[in-house]
Amino acid sequence: MTGLLHSRYGGVVAERTHKTRPSSSPREGQQVESEDAVASDTGDRIKAELDDLLDEIDDVLETNAEDFVKSYVQKGGE
Amino acid sequence: MALQKVCGIETEYGIMSRGFDASPVTASSVLINAYAGTMPQKIGWDFLDENPANDARGFRLEQAFAPEIESHLVNAVLTNGARYYVDHAHPEISTPECASARQVVLYDRAAEEIVKLSMKSCSELLPNGAEIVAYKNNSDGKGNSYGCHENYLVARDTPFGRLASQITTHFVTRQVFCGAGKVGQETELDGKTVEYQLSQRADFFEEEVGLETTLKRPIVNTRDEPHCDPTKYRRLHVIVGDANMSEVATFLKVGTTGLVLSMIEDGAFPKDLVIKDPVSQMKRISRDDTLRHAVETVNGRRVSALVVQRLLFEACEKYLANSDDDPIGGDANDVMVLWDEVLCGLESDPDSVAHIVDWVAKRRLVQGYQERHGLQSGHPRLKAIDLQYHDMRESHCLASRAGLRTMVSNADVVDAISEPPKETRAWFRGKCLQRWPEQIVAANWDSIVFDVGIDPLRRVPMMEPLRGSEALTKALLDSSKTAGELIEALGATDIETVYPEPGW
Repeated sequence: MTGLLHSRYGGVVAERTHKTRPSSSPREGQQVESEDAVASDTGDRIKAELDDLLDEIDDVLETNAEDFVKSYVQKGGE
Repeated sequence: MALQKVCGIETEYGIMSRGFDASPVTASSVLINAYAGTMPQKIGWDFLDENPANDARGFRLEQAFAPEIESHLVNAVLTNGARYYVDHAHPEISTPECASARQVVLYDRAAEEIVKLSMKSCSELLPNGAEIVAYKNNSDGKGNSYGCHENYLVARDTPFGRLASQITTHFVTRQVFCGAGKVGQETELDGKTVEYQLSQRADFFEEEVGLETTLKRPIVNTRDEPHCDPTKYRRLHVIVGDANMSEVATFLKVGTTGLVLSMIEDGAFPKDLVIKDPVSQMKRISRDDTLRHAVETVNGRRVSALVVQRLLFEACEKYLANSDDDPIGGDANDVMVLWDEVLCGLESDPDSVAHIVDWVAKRRLVQGYQERHGLQSGHPRLKAIDLQYHDMRESHCLASRAGLRTMVSNADVVDAISEPPKETRAWFRGKCLQRWPEQIVAANWDSIVFDVGIDPLRRVPMMEPLRGSEALTKALLDSSKTAGELIEALGATDIETVYPEPGW
């Protein structure tokens, strides 16, 4: 039972089964679900919803923003 | 022919204790234990092959790392193949190894859900409404930054110097669509005050190439710790990126980087598209949200970051047209379509991509709120909006209210919380953890250590990221009723013997 996890034993090579891009221009090959329709709709919708959204921010924003911003102190990471 | 770009994302979350006092290390440990404690068995991390001080340029830097070798406090391996741990003073999740950009989006989203579940468990454990809150961002606005690192499998035989100089062009300019946006600035440049930036991270980069991740951060990180066969592969450890709330931004960040890396491996990167003075230019691009700032290329051409991205897009289009391969797991076409869409949007009217690009989405909230309330720039409520955009509490998160387009279904995200990707070695790791948690002493990206009741312990190396997939190992796992049978079936050639390490 060799090669399933590890290559130095020379086992099965993982099949590359990914699909190849169609030869047409990617701008025509729209495989992402109806992006154009979604995009233009979403653009308009976001604009219309901005006012509602700003109302909502008033509701959910930390009540004491100054304290919150001051107390948000992190140690460096990575 | 470029290598298949196995990839993943490691995200350090900002953390706050509310209603009680705890150090960030304690809070991170409590958060992760609240989640890992619900697992049948906590699996240790196998540190045997960890070499964060190895430099891709061929040397080791011992002193830089001596004080900061990772905390062993909490270090869980999850059944979806991910690692959930305390890194410095932050909770961090590394996604499992993914075979496509879309899969990275899925497991990055699953990681967010795991953090939310952890926060919920904490709230149930802590008294009097106290809570631990995580933020998927990269800076506290006070000069402290923490990372969202990407990892890509690249061929060892690609000369590192060429790889570094060419990929820098993409790293400096891709922020136009994958910057997460930031109110204010955390470093001085030209004595100017900046109200809003494209990137959370640009302020923190000081070098072009280097090994460090916490001081003098470099655009290209040289950590040479492949977690797989080092004679064949590198793991390019990318530290310049912002953590994205937009799924499409994550998809584009990983997908375009995978494509550009493949183009570099195949020698197809346009050689004159290397830009001068990248460290300073990265900051200048971030600080100009009109996107007009021009950078200079090595042949003296002055172009904006958007034009650089358009040229990279066109180079990738040509590269893919001349290749039968899709180096990013079947996503190349979708990446190209969305890359074009986002560049067209940014070229005509950036607000038209507020449903895709985090910095645009956040700027709309900040500017809209500022105008509505007549606030001066620098008002704390504007910075609060910036921070709360990344809040992992549904009740407070502003990104989830900003109308961002999604790419993965909730059902798939729920599955990805516990199920590993099928196409990589994460599948074998995850399935072994699901079936035999009591027999697994420790695990790592490239090995699993079993205790099957015979001395010494048995270590199964997994040095090939694309092996250990469902296609290759399902039959083996199905036919093994116990971990002992699995070890026996793998046979002496596929396993090593090891003795326990402290902390297992």
